[in-house]
Amino acid sequence: MQASRVQPALNSDNNIDKQLCLVVKQAAAESTPLRLQGGDTKAFYGRASEGQPLDLRGHNGVVSYEPSELVVTARAGTLLVDLESDLADQGQMLGFEPPHFGDGATLGGAIACGFSGPRRPYAGSARDFVLGARIINGHGELLRFGGQVMKNVAGYDISRLTVGAMGTLGVIVEVSVKVLPIPAREATVRFSMPAAQAIGQMNEWAGQPIPISATCYHDGTLDVRVSGSAKGVDAAIIKLDGELIDEGAAFWHGVKEHRHSFFADDQSQWRISVPQATPPLPLDGEWLIEWGGGQRWLKTDAPTDVIRKQVEAAGGHATLFRGGDRSGEVFHSLPSGLFNLHRNLKNAFDPQRIFNPGRLYRDL
Amino acid sequence: MARTAEQAQADNGRRALGRALRQWLSDDAVLDQTEQLRPYECDGLSAYRRLPLVVALPDTVEQVQAVMRYCASQRIPVVARGAGTGLSGGALPLENGVLLSLAKFNRILDIDVLNRTARVQPGVRNLAISEAVSGSGFYYAPDPSSQIACSIGGNVAENAGGLHCLKYGLTVHNILKLQVVTVEGDLVTIGADSLDAPGYDLLALMTGSEGMLGIIVEITVRLLPKPVSAKLIMASFDDIEQAGNAVGNIIATGIIPGGLEMMDNLATRATEDFVHAGYDIDAAAILFCELDGTPEEVDDDIARVKKVLEQSGCTDMRIAKDEQERQLFWSGRKAAFPAAGRLSPDYYCIDGTIPRKKIGYVLTRIAEMGQEYGLRIANVFHAGDGNLHPLILYDGNQPGELERTEELGGKILELSVEVGGTITGEHGVGVEKINQMCVQFDKSELTQFHALKAAFDPNNLLNPGKAVPTLSRCAEFGAMHVHKGELKFPDLERF
Repeated sequence: MQASRVQPALNSDNNIDKQLCLVVKQAAAESTPLRLQGGDTKAFYGRASEGQPLDLRGHNGVVSYEPSELVVTARAGTLLVDLESDLADQGQMLGFEPPHFGDGATLGGAIACGFSGPRRPYAGSARDFVLGARIINGHGELLRFGGQVMKNVAGYDISRLTVGAMGTLGVIVEVSVKVLPIPAREATVRFSMPAAQAIGQMNEWAGQPIPISATCYHDGTLDVRVSGSAKGVDAAIIKLDGELIDEGAAFWHGVKEHRHSFFADDQSQWRISVPQATPPLPLDGEWLIEWGGGQRWLKTDAPTDVIRKQVEAAGGHATLFRGGDRSGEVFHSLPSGLFNLHRNLKNAFDPQRIFNPGRLYRDL
Repeated sequence: MARTAEQAQADNGRRALGRALRQWLSDDAVLDQTEQLRPYECDGLSAYRRLPLVVALPDTVEQVQAVMRYCASQRIPVVARGAGTGLSGGALPLENGVLLSLAKFNRILDIDVLNRTARVQPGVRNLAISEAVSGSGFYYAPDPSSQIACSIGGNVAENAGGLHCLKYGLTVHNILKLQVVTVEGDLVTIGADSLDAPGYDLLALMTGSEGMLGIIVEITVRLLPKPVSAKLIMASFDDIEQAGNAVGNIIATGIIPGGLEMMDNLATRATEDFVHAGYDIDAAAILFCELDGTPEEVDDDIARVKKVLEQSGCTDMRIAKDEQERQLFWSGRKAAFPAAGRLSPDYYCIDGTIPRKKIGYVLTRIAEMGQEYGLRIANVFHAGDGNLHPLILYDGNQPGELERTEELGGKILELSVEVGGTITGEHGVGVEKINQMCVQFDKSELTQFHALKAAFDPNNLLNPGKAVPTLSRCAEFGAMHVHKGELKFPDLERF
């Protein structure tokens, strides 16, 4: 069994933790807003938010990693690229395949944004893989929730609550995530078909026991990745019966990191999240469809309220992902009852509103 | 027999509350006679019993809202109850409160085959969902041992697991959307039919919140395609630690089995007597490893797992030859609890989770503790995810034996925390493990839990007194927060 790699300098009561708690306590006492940042690779995301930058990059390193336990615990400032390389050395990976959007991307940033990549509908999202976290709340207290085991129902699931909260509930200091073995083999097959047919097809396949691990549709072309044991992937290729392509790994990397040609221009981009089998939406523009239809990217001239109305009618929500007016509500607005719960929660964690104020919603 | 003034007062309270609730509920949907309340006095943890003031059995969402509005206005606490199979006393009633049974919410509202989801009411039984979608080739993955009886609403409240969690996840991984009635009686939608929802992940927060944050009145679950092939290997070990290591060795090969379970010798003997599955009753431990997927994947995986088990020192190995034998092998594992019931008048099931590498150490310590307390312990557990279920065998008719059993159970949970695990993997805290919460969490963490609860329920009316202990309770219990075997903090306040 591989030995765990513990960096003793980074244990729970180290000085960096204490310093961070002090910084937060002081900011709370003075009501100074803080802008939490790792590699600042996701500055484009969320609403514009002012605050004294709190750089978390110094807070890095793998705290413990036991491949046979399928769990890694790392400091929030750990570079994703370093973490993924450590995991790959042991034949493992982050199952939610987080996009980096830059070399400096950190684990804490990926978790705070709740970003997941192409594997998400088939393996699970960032929050699905989070097992525990240490956070600093708005009182400057270091708190530990969840843990390093797969099953844990002691106390409210605060570690998963921090995923996608855009840093508005606390400083994520350390995260434990479940990891997965890297599949023995992956292959990509390509098809030509119109969008409506592609959406139907992806969902029909997802209802069958085929080891699909990613799907992407753009401009008449549907790409499907299958992952698993060598024999399992061979059988899936025969079953799907598409054109086997060689550059699969590069293609999926491009989709994940938004280096696909769709994302190349400066036009603002919407992220549309709808039930997977939803037929193509009647919104003009250019579409790229992922996640079996569950995540759709849109470049359009349509006004915000028209987009939101259409998407809401389909049972989904629309995020102004990149570009556009960052001072408006970039995330889909919430019904008042639900928003009240959000405001109460923000108040329960960060009563002075010092963490990334307004980054998620104007009034949070 | 002379009735005490207290009883008379309670009866008056019952009748008054019953009258009030009949404004919205039919006569027979409000139970306020003592004899009618008896069946509700406990859940699956029958050592704790208490009569509620009144039982309400609404069958529409509007009625739930009306009951909540009334109770909030009168500051009457409310305890929600599903099928009552919970093992931690989460649905234990309050003498001064309403027990809100969701048993009448038993309909499957919609099955969406193309999106692979089902919209169901909270009182629907876990297994009924899989049965309803089986014809279309789907199932609902979380399968707690009580799945034949337990309700999906209770599963969400406790974040129920089962035999296949390592690969297919817990309840939190298999639901998309909830309709929740708040303490004030408002209806809110949490989560979405899409894969994610805007704002905070309240879906994760509600899951496992033990009825403390809201009343769940509708659930949208994810459905998975049934694996076409599943094969089960049963391996014997003459040393329990070796069996534990074999679990880690299987995972290290890069295979995630559909199920990975273990039973020790006492549990194996008990279940063999019960189901006659042909278990190796001389083995110190037997390991069940199920591999599922496409036939090609399963063939690949079986070959690899066989090799690992041999290298890990197994003394015997059998592969179920057909579906019937596979079901037979599983039947014993699934019947482990009732089988334990035949060994002893009573048993007490513990639910800690530990890092897998500590299995050998923890089992040795549990055996030693059992000897100290003079109590036999049979061990069955979800080995793949380190979730232990030691079953302490006792006789409730022997004076003091239940108390000794509970004390031993508490020690086992504290041991779980000490080795880096948790006091509950899938059964919840309820009333049962509330003292051990003081061991797993420190003062500021518990305070944060209370603040979070107040964000949903400022007057503490939803299932009060469960899941999260007050600081004064922890002071009384005298527990010290222990984390991962670290020495107790010398500067820790006693609270």
